[in-house]
Amino acid sequence: MIEPKVKIATCSLAGCFGCHMSLLDLDERLFDLAERVELDRSPLTDIKELGNCDLGLIEGGVCNAENVHVLMEFRTRCKILVAIGACALNGGVPAMRNQYDLKECLEESYLRGIGLVDPQIPNDPEIPLLLNQVHPLHEVVKIDYFLPGCPPSADAIWTFVNQLLSGQPLALPYTQIHYD
Amino acid sequence: MAKSDALTQTVCEIVQGHGGMPTRLLQILRDVQDRLTWLSPETLDRVAEGLHISPVKVRGVAEFYSFLYTAPRGSYDILFSDNITDRMLGNRELLHALCDRLGVRMGETRADGRVTVGVTSCTGMCDQGPAALVNGYALTRLDKLRLDRIVELVNGQIPLTQWPSEFFEVISNIRRADILLGRHFADGTALRAVLKRGSEAILEEMVKSGLRGQGGAGFKSAAKWISCRNAPGEEKYVVCNADEGEPGTFKDRVLMQDFADLVFEGMTLCGRVIGARQGFVYLRGEYRYLLESLEATLQRRREVGLLGEAILGDPTFDFDIDIHLGAGAYVCGEESALIESLEGKHGVPRIRPPFPTTHGYLNQPTVVNNVETFAAAAKIAVEGGAWFASRGTAESKGTKLLSLSGDCERPGIYEYPFGVTVRRVLEDCGARDAQGIQMAGPAGHMISARQFDRRICFEDLATGGSFMVFSHRRDILDGVRNFAHFFVHESCGFCTPCRVGAPLLRDLVTKVHTGHGTRYDLEEMRKLGRIMQVACHCGLGQTAPNPVLDSLEQFPEAWERRLRSTTFEPAFDLDAALEQARQLTGRSDPDAYLREEELMMGAMP
Repeated sequence: MIEPKVKIATCSLAGCFGCHMSLLDLDERLFDLAERVELDRSPLTDIKELGNCDLGLIEGGVCNAENVHVLMEFRTRCKILVAIGACALNGGVPAMRNQYDLKECLEESYLRGIGLVDPQIPNDPEIPLLLNQVHPLHEVVKIDYFLPGCPPSADAIWTFVNQLLSGQPLALPYTQIHYD
Repeated sequence: MAKSDALTQTVCEIVQGHGGMPTRLLQILRDVQDRLTWLSPETLDRVAEGLHISPVKVRGVAEFYSFLYTAPRGSYDILFSDNITDRMLGNRELLHALCDRLGVRMGETRADGRVTVGVTSCTGMCDQGPAALVNGYALTRLDKLRLDRIVELVNGQIPLTQWPSEFFEVISNIRRADILLGRHFADGTALRAVLKRGSEAILEEMVKSGLRGQGGAGFKSAAKWISCRNAPGEEKYVVCNADEGEPGTFKDRVLMQDFADLVFEGMTLCGRVIGARQGFVYLRGEYRYLLESLEATLQRRREVGLLGEAILGDPTFDFDIDIHLGAGAYVCGEESALIESLEGKHGVPRIRPPFPTTHGYLNQPTVVNNVETFAAAAKIAVEGGAWFASRGTAESKGTKLLSLSGDCERPGIYEYPFGVTVRRVLEDCGARDAQGIQMAGPAGHMISARQFDRRICFEDLATGGSFMVFSHRRDILDGVRNFAHFFVHESCGFCTPCRVGAPLLRDLVTKVHTGHGTRYDLEEMRKLGRIMQVACHCGLGQTAPNPVLDSLEQFPEAWERRLRSTTFEPAFDLDAALEQARQLTGRSDPDAYLREEELMMGAMP
């Protein structure tokens, strides 16, 4: 009997795709993974509509209204939701804007920047509105697991996914989660 | 140019007045600020030059202490004490009223530079609040009438020296006296005893007495003195910890105000026993008003031969005491942070061991004891260890001063033999409707009525003396939230679990308190609290989660009645977080809002 494959979705919110690059660093282990899982919505599949999934891996923090929608949808569709990487856990680099007012940020970029033609703050409805501040995922939805790192190494992702899929207790070796 | 010369001269005078000693840096900065109202970058550079130390170090110290200002302040700097007991007495209403009347926003300086109004941590006037500080001097029993008068005084630019003296009156409120406060002590008797009987004999009495650190930690005082006496060192020091910062405690203030001789005598005695020639009192900045009278007491003691050179005519007995003023940093109550501060640094706790008894002030053997401990030691030298040990319990000898405040008819100082029950204390102070007690301050423990038969002693409820009563009219979570803010403000920032953990805890407490929390948040608080208890560098961070953890256990209903029925709620109002962007872009299309039904999707069924 063939076991049904575990369905996984991934996405990057206010992140740099570095965590996804780390996922690709699994290299030949990706073949093993592909035996056991089926990718749903993910930058790797380019599937746009999220289906019901067992596991959602999210990179990046929450910086705008679209991020909120996507994250809410992931929370609803995924049985287990995992925050991956520094930005998802703490806001990371994008959250460095939190010490400034949103107005200051937008004016600096769009009104006072060098070489601007017709300076104005963009207001096209196609562009998601920015939140006042960048937030970690767990301030918007319940997160089941947190995998730290910038990015977490491929080994750390591999250990985590394997332990989770096989139902083992999660325990990452120190070498995979230390950063000094 | 002339202005800059004047600045250099002012700073030079003050630095020289302190002997040009870098260890006096905090005192120097206090004095400079007293003259100039704030510490400008240029001023700090002049201080660094005067002391031949790096400007970065000076700036680091200036920015660490709450009462040192690196931005301009008003000529009248008014800080409301914001302990929960002040809040119970209505300080917030008064604070907002004063801001309105003066036309100034909280925490800001009025455009004309006349006045700043803000808040500060507990000023130790809990039995006579609401309290405040004006230019560092304690104001007590504030009410609407006093505020009206203060508005006139500020707007009329009346110098502080001409303000009504009753505004600054601090009463002692000693409600119950036992062996420490109740028996007369003749100045010099403890020193005569040590000269007559010798240090060894006095140490034996100290051992017999069983005296333990009255700041709350309860280390055997005799063991501390013996360890310091035996430690090798070029110099030894005696330090009196009068940095009484634990919210709700004010017994050291009363001892310093009414029993300073007894405290100084205890310090001098300790100096003789351990072989020290120099003592320091580290007096919290909030008790600045005591400085002149304490200096006068020290001077009088020098004149009558109880302090200085050749004490009581003995040429081998030299000991003197300096008073250092703190500048608004709770963490300096921790003995190693206090020593750092005494050395002119910012007050970050040291890694222990080594302990101060071998490596204290300037790395020399140092005894650091609480005010009350020194007072008790002086009595023990005269009356004997057995006399002291006849009071109290098996492991907690003698008596304890409790500072009672909050919802009781007779707040003030109560001295009890160790072992007294909470219930007895509540009856004595007229707290007939108590639902809970914050014992030993926010860093201590919150107990509910089920535990009122517990005893105050090191075997059961250890305390430095803070005892704040919450009646049934009070919301326990008001207190928890107040304490959570307190720890955020007072964290020294050195270690991450405290610097980051305390604000996370505050945010979670606020979330639940304002009705946005779920059971999930309570579990997050428990997890975070446990991490802080084990991972923080010093006692401040390790005890910071106590109010949260205790109240979750003792008053679960106070938390639960505020919870949402959902399993998860966001930490902030999602749609409101788009408002600024909506305004900046002028957008009002559907995508410019986060609609309720979509948000509900994310909340797990």
